[in-house]
Amino acid sequence: MLGKTAGGLFWMFRYLERSENTARLIEAGFRIALTRPGGGEWQSVLQTAAARSAYEAKYEQVDAAQVVDFLLRDKDNPSSVLSSIATARQNARLVRTALTREVWEAVNDTYMLLKTRLARPVPDRDLPEVLALIRQQSALVRGTLHGSMLRNDVFDFSRLGTFLERADNTARILDVKYYVLLPSVTQVGSSLDNVQWETILRSVAGMRSYNWLHKGQITPMGIADFLIFDPRMPRSLKFAMSKIRTNLDMLEREYADRHACHETAERLDRQLQTGTVEAVFEDGLHEFLTSFLSETAQLGSEIEANYRFHG
Amino acid sequence: MSDGSDFFDELSGHGTGPRAPYRAYASWFDGEDLKGLRKKSSEAEHFFRRTGITFNVYGQAEADERLIPFDIVPRILSAKEWARLTKGIEQRVRAINAFLHDIYHRQEILRAGRIPVDLIARNEAFLPQMIGVSPPGGIYTHIVGIDLVRTGENDFFVLEDNARTPSGVSYMLENRETMLQMFPELFSKVKVRPVSNYPAMLHRSLGACMPVNASRDETVAVLTPGIHNSAYFEHAFLADNMGVELVEGSDLRVKGGKICMRTTQGYRPVDVIYRRVDDEFLDPMNFNPDSLLGVPGIFDVYRAGGITIANAPGTGIADDKAIYSYMPDIVEFYTGEKAILQNVPTWRCSDPDALAHVLDNLSELVVKEVHGSGGYGMLVGPAASKKELAAFRAKLETKPGNYIAQPTLALSTVPILTKAGLAPRHVDLRPFALFSPRGVEITPGGLTRVALKKGSLVVNSSQGGGTKDTWVLEDDD
Repeated sequence: MLGKTAGGLFWMFRYLERSENTARLIEAGFRIALTRPGGGEWQSVLQTAAARSAYEAKYEQVDAAQVVDFLLRDKDNPSSVLSSIATARQNARLVRTALTREVWEAVNDTYMLLKTRLARPVPDRDLPEVLALIRQQSALVRGTLHGSMLRNDVFDFSRLGTFLERADNTARILDVKYYVLLPSVTQVGSSLDNVQWETILRSVAGMRSYNWLHKGQITPMGIADFLIFDPRMPRSLKFAMSKIRTNLDMLEREYADRHACHETAERLDRQLQTGTVEAVFEDGLHEFLTSFLSETAQLGSEIEANYRFHG
Repeated sequence: MSDGSDFFDELSGHGTGPRAPYRAYASWFDGEDLKGLRKKSSEAEHFFRRTGITFNVYGQAEADERLIPFDIVPRILSAKEWARLTKGIEQRVRAINAFLHDIYHRQEILRAGRIPVDLIARNEAFLPQMIGVSPPGGIYTHIVGIDLVRTGENDFFVLEDNARTPSGVSYMLENRETMLQMFPELFSKVKVRPVSNYPAMLHRSLGACMPVNASRDETVAVLTPGIHNSAYFEHAFLADNMGVELVEGSDLRVKGGKICMRTTQGYRPVDVIYRRVDDEFLDPMNFNPDSLLGVPGIFDVYRAGGITIANAPGTGIADDKAIYSYMPDIVEFYTGEKAILQNVPTWRCSDPDALAHVLDNLSELVVKEVHGSGGYGMLVGPAASKKELAAFRAKLETKPGNYIAQPTLALSTVPILTKAGLAPRHVDLRPFALFSPRGVEITPGGLTRVALKKGSLVVNSSQGGGTKDTWVLEDDD
């Protein structure tokens, strides 16, 4: 496979994952704004979406409608849902020869549909429907990938993009809110903290799963454990990293060649397999997350270099 | 402009019921209702958009991906008509190749005085770097598109030859796919020769032209200028359907006397490049130094026999419009036979007598730029305003050698589906021929382009033209 094609697949699926994550963040922010009047969660939503500085460059104040618009459809925001979908589709065109017709059509349909639906600002009353549409389209693309693609290097690079983006996203969600999870500042049961925790769980669509697994006992350590170490949770760091490792292992087998990225992924995966949430809290949650984020970024660059995405 | 009555209509002839090739279709059509067909027509548009069969318009934003309109009424040729055309096309393709070989080697045709030396020597399309170069298998034009027009029951003319990088074959294939999806029952009533094996034929044909030091894998790749090129869809489509890599210049480099592509496992040799990049941009070291689309040094590898480039560099000299007027002589010179396909009579404005004739009859003629393409820079006399005629007259007087003129042909019509039902529109036909040491292979049919505007004779997609599925019947009964 061409190095360029591997890179195109990787970024196509990173951007698809990003668009879905951004939609979830909007959903969480919107839900909380509705149910907790005065709850100013938009700032942290912007920060989690890595869009705060871009937003502040454009607007002076944090205004709910402006934030939603910025995250949903602003072309000046490269991570807005619409920009992400457009970039994903641009990459899909670039790697069209590697995609099945089903995957291509699902991505192209998604782009055409959202381009029309997001041509104008979305009023609050339409927001749930639009966010649901984004979720459905993501599921469609994922479904076509699983149902129609060969399990070869094309699939592996696609999945690497998905899970690297997801690991990065979940770690950022936790890092933006790490302070509310620290035992020292936690006053269990205060309404402020409940909002914060709910934001975290909703941002990863994990509210119900968490409640189901933890019988409704929302605790900081429980949330951190769920999002970092729970192997059943498809957006946890452990889940994402073990998938990354699996896909890199498959590439190693297919190409009979091992690279620096394999070592890094193995180390990160082992860390999560053997670590505990207690140890993480002891050594510092923020430090853990900062180091995890920089190591996944490094892993990303190693994958790019080892598989010759660029010249 | 026409009122439709002076033209040969391929469905109804001169108005006496459907002609034989259209009979089965016409009886099917009579059983359909207009509303249902209109609905199918808009489904087709959705299908094309979804598949991404779009083209980018030069100089427009990325958002502007256009569709070439598709009309659901097929253009039908009988087996007999097609057999005659293929003979003519094959003859022409062989002659073009022989001409190219000659013009870049001994130049017998110039020595024999059959075409003027100046026409070659002073022609921008002539590539001096190709002199003495013999491409693998002796093939210059691996893929040729011959544009044909029809004016009567037995009158076909070649309008132009496309010997560089003819495009449109993906439309031929997708048009058929669309028709098969929309009207499966129709294809069980009418036996139409399939076109879908074109990509496999192309792969085989290119594979038969390996360079002498081909790698073990005998790798073929398609070279595209990139995602912003207007025909990008077609490049991706062909690579995909041949099962080969779609590469850009930036994926390639010269290594150890071979062209290699950067893969996830390092550089791997490529043996045959089906390039959709113009000569000029192919190699910044040998041609246009500003080109970012090509591969530095590829032409040196080519000359040393390390890579096959399809079509060969320098083939443009064969489809130049000034050369076109000599095609009957060229065919005769190299094949020893009269040309089976007729040329449109052409006045070369470089000749003072011809220029005088053209200027006297401007309002009845079609005038084209010698190096132009895509329907740009041409004058359709009968459709032009006084002002346009005057402007063109001035251009002709200043630079006569830049133009040729032809009579306005009474192009045949085939009906399209409009709101009001069937209505005749002018068409042309671009069949695609593949040439390799295995021989000439021609896909039955080709791309029919149709001028959607009533009375218009310009079929180019850049000028509001559409396309139709083209059927060649299995047998005539």
